[in-house]
Amino acid sequence: MGKLTIGCFSSLVGSLSLDFAVKLSEAAVKKGHTVDLWLSGNATMLSKKGQKAFKDYSHLQKPIQELFTTGSFQMTACEACAEARGYHKEDTMEGCKRFSMDWYLASCFSADRVLHIGGD
Amino acid sequence: MATKRLGFIIRGLPYKTEASRLAMTHAIASQSVEIYLEDGDMVEPVVCFVGDGVLNCLKNQQAMKHYGITSLEQHIKNSLLLDLKVLICKEDIERLGIKEASLIMDAEDIGGETKAQIVPYSEIQKEMESVDHLLLS
Repeated sequence: MGKLTIGCFSSLVGSLSLDFAVKLSEAAVKKGHTVDLWLSGNATMLSKKGQKAFKDYSHLQKPIQELFTTGSFQMTACEACAEARGYHKEDTMEGCKRFSMDWYLASCFSADRVLHIGGD
Repeated sequence: MATKRLGFIIRGLPYKTEASRLAMTHAIASQSVEIYLEDGDMVEPVVCFVGDGVLNCLKNQQAMKHYGITSLEQHIKNSLLLDLKVLICKEDIERLGIKEASLIMDAEDIGGETKAQIVPYSEIQKEMESVDHLLLS
């Protein structure tokens, strides 16, 4: 089975790109692949804990937490991008890592496929 | 021991969104990626500016003065200082009436030796076909 690395820059709720990235992660993990999801720029918002579910907005915290339990999925937020937006370590969802951008490049190094979703 | 080549393709306008800045900062992050890799493994980025993305390469950007942030010009110069390959699409600068003299072609003022290259799109396409992973911004 392969490894998929997905990088996303798009914001939570403001666009559906993160929803797509999470759905793709679910599908890949279900097929037996491992997935690294890298959150940079506005996408770091997905790493914030305490997201509430409303029917008018995407709610990705639950599927992310389910993905963490598979052991085949890791999600990492860009530390600088998060700090710049006021999301500190203590605000981070349990299971989500925080590293600098070189972590993403290293993940790309060992990935069989990379899907990079830039911009909003 | 292996080298993986990553192609960062920058298509968006500077300052309108964060995309081109993030592409540049991620490419520059290749300088410290070794901490996560096995000995001898490397990541080699190539940065290509196409479409409206060539406007990121204009000289004399005043981002610090107007927005209080570092300019894309500084990031491009840092890339050249670090010897990253920087390609600018020839057809797109012609389409926008931009002369080479208006573009950031080197980082001599900060001690860089590598120069940016203006190349036809066909060459950028070859680069996109040759990299291990393509990262479009």
